[in-house]
Amino acid sequence: MAEPNAQEGSVPDTGPGRLAKGISDFFRSPAAAVGFVTLIVICCLALFAPWISPQNPYDLMQLDIMDGRMPPGSESMTGLVYHLGTDSQGRDILSGILYGLRTSLIVGVLSAFAAAIIGTTAGLFAAYMGKRTETVIMRLVDLQLSFPTILMALMMLAILGKGVTNVVIALIIAEWATYARTVRGTALVEREKEYIEAARMLRLPGWRILFKHLLPNCLAPVIVIATMQVARAIGLEATLSFLGLGASVTEPSLGMLISTGYQYLLTGLYWISFFPGIALLVTIVAINLVGDRLRDVLNPRNMS
Amino acid sequence: MVTSIIRRLIQALFVIVAMTIIVFIGVSVIGNPVDILINPDANQAERARVIAHYGLDQPLWKQYLLFLQGLLQGDFGNSFVYGRPALGLILERLPATLELAITALAIAIVFGLPLGLYAGLYPNRVSSKLIMSGSILGFSLPTFWVGLMLIMVFSVELGWLPTNGRGTTAELFGTQWSFLTGEGLRHLLLPAFNLALFKTSLIMRLTRAGVQEVLPQDYVKFARAKGLRERRVIAVHVLKNLMIPVVTIIGLEFGSLIAFSVVTESIFAWPGMGKLIIDSINLLDRPVIVAYLMMMVLLFVVLNFIIDICYTILDPRIRLDAKA
Repeated sequence: MAEPNAQEGSVPDTGPGRLAKGISDFFRSPAAAVGFVTLIVICCLALFAPWISPQNPYDLMQLDIMDGRMPPGSESMTGLVYHLGTDSQGRDILSGILYGLRTSLIVGVLSAFAAAIIGTTAGLFAAYMGKRTETVIMRLVDLQLSFPTILMALMMLAILGKGVTNVVIALIIAEWATYARTVRGTALVEREKEYIEAARMLRLPGWRILFKHLLPNCLAPVIVIATMQVARAIGLEATLSFLGLGASVTEPSLGMLISTGYQYLLTGLYWISFFPGIALLVTIVAINLVGDRLRDVLNPRNMS
Repeated sequence: MVTSIIRRLIQALFVIVAMTIIVFIGVSVIGNPVDILINPDANQAERARVIAHYGLDQPLWKQYLLFLQGLLQGDFGNSFVYGRPALGLILERLPATLELAITALAIAIVFGLPLGLYAGLYPNRVSSKLIMSGSILGFSLPTFWVGLMLIMVFSVELGWLPTNGRGTTAELFGTQWSFLTGEGLRHLLLPAFNLALFKTSLIMRLTRAGVQEVLPQDYVKFARAKGLRERRVIAVHVLKNLMIPVVTIIGLEFGSLIAFSVVTESIFAWPGMGKLIIDSINLLDRPVIVAYLMMMVLLFVVLNFIIDICYTILDPRIRLDAKA
């Protein structure tokens, strides 16, 4: 998910030359290149968190409450240096961030991916079937899009209860409609083209036309939306965790870390909230930069 | 025009009914209503009374009708926490949220529109590029974290502005408002800026995109060729044609501002609906949750309806019938 050039590979009608051109197009923007490299670094940090982080922040045995709220750069009794300080339970903030990034990325990618599959399928069906199916699906989409994401998410969490898994479910339910609307729009245009007519003439089965012919040609916008949605989902998960509806206190995500630091902020202990926020910000900006560029590169109007 | 308004009204009613079904299913079928409805501290007699009161022993369709009946009478039950009617609790906190959202929207328009216009008119200037990069940052910054940083800088470090509550309020139209007193205004400033940040970026980007779409149009070229002053071309020909997407977004975003105020209100301890709903979800105060959700549904349906009407007024080409 996080590797845009792998995604570009799924752009339809691409010979090897087109793909290479797409990739070089992508990196022509310095901002996008920086975003992409940052994203790779962040993914690696999250992936290898158990090996590179100084302590396991979820293992309460490793936490020493005596080391609570130590400023950045302090040293523990055992000689462990807390480069970014510790939180109220003596948790190393750096380790907390590395593990928190894992939660953020998993939640973001999982929810965006699942919503993309559901939304794309719904949008394709709506465009291909037309009539009743289309009306029912699109009414549902309209209904959902008339409410902001956070409200849908709150509604779901109010029904399902708190917790990270429920946050993922809430995000999927809140986001699928965006894909459905875009895919339907693209598919409506594609449906009228000759290659679909040709496939119909060949009497190919409906599912085959739908998924082998129509789907690949509607993927470009899906990729762009999915990238942006990963960033949005990460932000929303952090927000919901901050509000106390997501991650638990013992296994904090970035939002939860920031939330635990909130009460100490007023007394000047800034680092508990500050550094996880920076990590969150850098992640979201990097994804948005990549997504912004992908939109330009994948825009059919720019594809000659 | 009248037929299309009536048609929109019917659609709006349909949406409200659909949402009552969804909320009902959510609360009564997915969640366990006995667990959610009944205060865990309640004794056996109280349990039996509540089950009978909400008709939980009745078939589902009958339960739904009872639920609807409660809605129509504005009866969502009493809050478990406050022991008072849930709707009343929400309504008395509505002005605080509205005040915050309106202030934030005003800030977003006052900053977003001119900056976006400037970036659109002079896309190659360094300042425009700075504005656009700033808007990406505005999009990416998590609202709650910005709120904390605002508190850190302006309250803790500089000590200029207060961090929580509404301050002293003054009465107008029978409700209390913060913006009428100096101290209330000081309390309002940080939360409003916090809430406005995301929307400012949004309006900015939208305005810029709109300007770039309108500028190459023939009517703009023609207006210039006529020798009209640049100021008039921008004010009349460009701005007017920008207004449709901008007004839509402003309308839609007002609703989303109210929804997003849950975050800002929680940070700044602003006593509005948003803080109430978060507390209620945490405490499983089900009547308040349902009342809040239904209030929001109503609010959004009304907002969307108003936006649709505004469309026709702003642009005679758009007829609501053509939209279907």
